[in-house]
Amino acid sequence: MFDGIQRRVVSIWFPRLASDRVLRMRPLEGPFALTHSISNTNRIYCLNGAAERLGLSAGMPFSDARAFCPDLQSRPADPLADRRFQHALRRWAVRYCPWVGLEDGDGLVLDITGTAHLFGGEAELLMDMRQRLSRAGISARIGLGDSRGAAWALAHHGEGAAPVGTALEALQDLPVAALRLEEKTVTGLGRLGLRTIGELANAARAPLTRRFGPSLLMRLDQALGQQPEQITPLKDPPHYGVRMTLPEPIGIKRDVMEGTSRLLTQLCAKLKSRETGARVLALTLRRVDQDSQQVELRLARPMRDAARILPLFERGIGDVDAGYGIDQMRLEAVQVEPMPVQQLSHVSSGGKDQLDDLVTRIGTRIGLENVQRFLPADSHIPERSFLISPAAYSAPSSTWSTIRPRPLHIFPPAPLIGTHAAPTPPKRFRWRRMSFATARVSGPERIASEWWLESDEWRTGVRDYWCIETRQGRRLWLFFTPQSPSWYVQGEFA
Amino acid sequence: MTPDFASSFPLRTARVHEVCGPSAASFAVVCASAAQGTVLWIREHWRPEGLNPLGLSPFFDPAKLLIAQVKDQTEGLAVAEEALRDGSVALVILEISQPMGLIQGRRLQLSAKAGKSTGLCLIPEGMGSNAAESRWHASPIFDHFSAAGDSTLQRYELIKNKSGTLGSWHVRWDTASRRLHLVSATGE
Repeated sequence: MFDGIQRRVVSIWFPRLASDRVLRMRPLEGPFALTHSISNTNRIYCLNGAAERLGLSAGMPFSDARAFCPDLQSRPADPLADRRFQHALRRWAVRYCPWVGLEDGDGLVLDITGTAHLFGGEAELLMDMRQRLSRAGISARIGLGDSRGAAWALAHHGEGAAPVGTALEALQDLPVAALRLEEKTVTGLGRLGLRTIGELANAARAPLTRRFGPSLLMRLDQALGQQPEQITPLKDPPHYGVRMTLPEPIGIKRDVMEGTSRLLTQLCAKLKSRETGARVLALTLRRVDQDSQQVELRLARPMRDAARILPLFERGIGDVDAGYGIDQMRLEAVQVEPMPVQQLSHVSSGGKDQLDDLVTRIGTRIGLENVQRFLPADSHIPERSFLISPAAYSAPSSTWSTIRPRPLHIFPPAPLIGTHAAPTPPKRFRWRRMSFATARVSGPERIASEWWLESDEWRTGVRDYWCIETRQGRRLWLFFTPQSPSWYVQGEFA
Repeated sequence: MTPDFASSFPLRTARVHEVCGPSAASFAVVCASAAQGTVLWIREHWRPEGLNPLGLSPFFDPAKLLIAQVKDQTEGLAVAEEALRDGSVALVILEISQPMGLIQGRRLQLSAKAGKSTGLCLIPEGMGSNAAESRWHASPIFDHFSAAGDSTLQRYELIKNKSGTLGSWHVRWDTASRRLHLVSATGE
């Protein structure tokens, strides 16, 4: 039965993805390996061709590898960066066809149905792929087949291309492991004497299903194209960037602001359609002399209101050196956050928005993380009973509770020099080159350290806190450490 | 004769005031508790002593306080000017470490007028600017007769006033009613 164009699938396997990625950054001569730690043993994660030729293999202990090969160079593995690199390769592979998915952690799968002729045929397409990958320094093994399973088998075991409709002929000499089976199943098949795909395909199906479950024959049928298998292409993340190229260079601040306003209108429409708000905006101004200047705006709250964002850009644009003129402007929302539409009501005032704008403006001057607010923390330790967090990234909280009076100012404990180390508060003491006479005391309040947290300040043990009213008027917060007797000042009351 | 405290203490709005002395921060906190709206406290980041929100909570809810950590005094003045001119914060408290000239003081005064918000500079003794609307000296006083749990008796002395007379008062913060009480000085 004819059902349209014959499906053709390419599978690319990167056997040395991780080490290729690192070696692209800093090329090295000689054997090289990436190591990772599994149950307290440093093992080889991925290695390059030179190391493989010396007899090293992935998974072997690193100390053994170094004994085999003393000049082995190594770096710690970074699986997250490898994953990002795989995604970058996926984006690159979209140049061959729009339908590209990820395969395991180290491969790609491309549905090239109907696109091979654009490159002059399948052989030329594979050649182009190989050339580009080897130029980039990435070792790859490429398989081409009628189904995803066949392409995978050819990529991993015996590189090659299966012509249209000849899946069984191309695969029959490959080992059964090429069917993406579990280790246990492969061993079981070996015991039965079924070592190649050809032997497996000729065996009786019913006993195989009874013994190994349905997945074995499903994999076989998928490889031979008798059962469909999908390729899931990844969705491109939404792109929040707009740009404008100008026929004549501009340089006056008013013109740049006008251009920014047009870009903002476009960008905000985009943000609105996806119900997101910009948190960090970057405006890139390219000058005629190819130099470019960037204005970054960090907002105190996600926003998508062009009229409100525009005045916040004013300070940054004022600092830009336009040189011979600006001929291209690009505005990108570098960081976006979800911002669902909200019901406006006549009682809500605009005061909150105005305050957020002020925080943004102050933030562009001193850094947004330097505008802070206090948040309560659950701890009885005076220094840890509150958190200081950036106001732009936290909501105010009013759940403060104090049982005992706490000082207004709190500072790193200052020891009282020349005070007798007795547990009763000193009658007189000197602090910050002032002498004080104790008039009235209240206390002690014993505070023990939080043993589950390591802290250098609490090395001296438990503290007995006293409120000291001095004859000079000031009220100080002193503490005594009975385990290593001495007195300290830590705060001053209002 | 001591003039009326109420005529000068809730600080005149839309002006910049100054306070010095050992209890300057406490004076600022009392002013902040009277402010309707957000309070911005600008301080230089190198200062070792920090504000303790648990110590603030008897005066006002620490949620209405924003803190700006600035690099130096110039940056602090710029932030204060911007915040005063914007008018979305009710009170701007600025800690000063170097003498402030007439120009800076006047600029702060003008921006406070434009934004209709109040400014308060915590100054080291003798470093104020002539442009300030009023200057106070706040110092704690030991009270022989105070009961347990009372807050510190304070002496607020008005040492400069552009629109009124000078004076000196003894006051005490009442935690329960969150108000400042005037105490007669005869207790001394």
